[in-house]
Amino acid sequence: MLKVKGIDVFYGDLQVLWEVSFHIREGEIVVLLGANGAGKSTTIRTISSMLSPARGSIEFEGRRIDHLPPHLIINEGIVHVPEGRRLFPEMTVEENLIMGSLAPEAKFKRAETLEYVYGLFPRLKERRKQLAGTLSGGEQQMAAIGRGLMSLPKLMMFDEPSLGLAPILVQDVFHLVKEINDSGVTILLSEQNVIQTLGMCDRAYVLENGRIVLEGTGEELLNNDQVKEAFLGI
Amino acid sequence: MAVFIQTMVAGVLIGGVYSLIGIGMTLIMGVMGIINLAHGQLMMVSMYITYVLYHYLHLDPYVSLFIAMPALFFLGCLLQKYFLNPLIKVDSVLPENQVLMTVGIGIVLTEIARFIFTSDYKAVKTPYSSAAFFIGSISFSVPMCIAFLIALLFTAILFWFLLKTDLGRAIRATAQDKEAATLMGIDSEKITIITFGIGSALVASAGCLLMPIFYLFPDIGGPFTLKAFVITILGGLGSTVGAIVGGVVLGIAESLGATYIGMGYKEMVGFVIFVLVLVFLPGGLKRLTKI
Repeated sequence: MLKVKGIDVFYGDLQVLWEVSFHIREGEIVVLLGANGAGKSTTIRTISSMLSPARGSIEFEGRRIDHLPPHLIINEGIVHVPEGRRLFPEMTVEENLIMGSLAPEAKFKRAETLEYVYGLFPRLKERRKQLAGTLSGGEQQMAAIGRGLMSLPKLMMFDEPSLGLAPILVQDVFHLVKEINDSGVTILLSEQNVIQTLGMCDRAYVLENGRIVLEGTGEELLNNDQVKEAFLGI
Repeated sequence: MAVFIQTMVAGVLIGGVYSLIGIGMTLIMGVMGIINLAHGQLMMVSMYITYVLYHYLHLDPYVSLFIAMPALFFLGCLLQKYFLNPLIKVDSVLPENQVLMTVGIGIVLTEIARFIFTSDYKAVKTPYSSAAFFIGSISFSVPMCIAFLIALLFTAILFWFLLKTDLGRAIRATAQDKEAATLMGIDSEKITIITFGIGSALVASAGCLLMPIFYLFPDIGGPFTLKAFVITILGGLGSTVGAIVGGVVLGIAESLGATYIGMGYKEMVGFVIFVLVLVFLPGGLKRLTKI
């Protein structure tokens, strides 16, 4: 479904990704693991076209998307739930959700999708008239995921969705990701929460200093000595 | 007491039009993060359009609204697209070079107006220009009342647009978080162009509304740019509700200054407020209301 082939990405003169290649098949949950600064966010931002690769290509369903303007990526069926939620703080919860459904097809089904999202997050329905900036961290994450779902995505990319959440909420978020995946949406997840994500994903890639150093199924990586040492401190 | 009420009435009425000018500037401020220092000059252009239409075609200034507003919307879009947006892509020592560009645009517009119309004072003298009606002993200027009502109407339409349409919501979203807006499929460059157009159209409407009351000359833009700036600071940068309140406050303050201090000090009152706000309430009225 998504093929990232040998991308090099720079911030100005500084190279942050080196020949990163990976792929995602339809229906999978794929995880990008890595420490802070390993290049997880950069990879996701490059798929979103917020950054352009200097070399390499990104294909989605057989079409090159690496040089599309960033605002057209969502129309391809890829939605990016950004790190830190990035809701529109002075808009209501409902307006935030609506902002996910601006493309013609999503707009056409807006009322229907909104019901679906409210079904998934009854809490958001209760607070739909509240300004997004006044929500708690967990509620904001729900709203951000809901906003992403409003675009009726084929591929949903989560950039560190558990960041800054209480452990119990982290569980909820991962259950939710699984649930969304079960409804037919392919998932790309960037995380530092190694054990939980490896337990639920189909495959994972480990990034280190902007390079992919390991790949495998969740189970393989959980038993990998290098992963154990680097992330779990065992 | 009657003098005081009369002063307040005059202040509120002109304040409505000031709000219209301030909202345009604050919208642009919110989305682009820059102060448009050509704002008053855009109003001047709209006033000359109104003047020409009146002089040659005998169109009423209120009818000219329907020509001046689209014309200025178009002009604003062009300015943003071809003069301001290209600057974002230039790495410059000065991140404020867009603001400097607006200063340049303001000067060029003023000088073009001077070239075409000379520095002479022009006026549109409509039959109702000096008409007034009385409630008790308080007089209400007819053109000011019309201006106030139309300003209210446009403000209401603008709010409906910003709150209830996808394009309006996209403008607010871009102002609040440009990157997140881009991820949601909003073309922020297009939004900046449309916003500058809307801001220009709003200030154009203020120009038409003031035309029956004010004398027109090429340099009239400068003071109005400053007024808009004062209103924007007073209301809190980027806050539309703040701009409305700020506009009315400035109108009342100027009116009080003209009555109790002296006509010549009218302008000064606005700047005294400006300085006081910056010193004692940085962030403007927005800080008080959280809107």
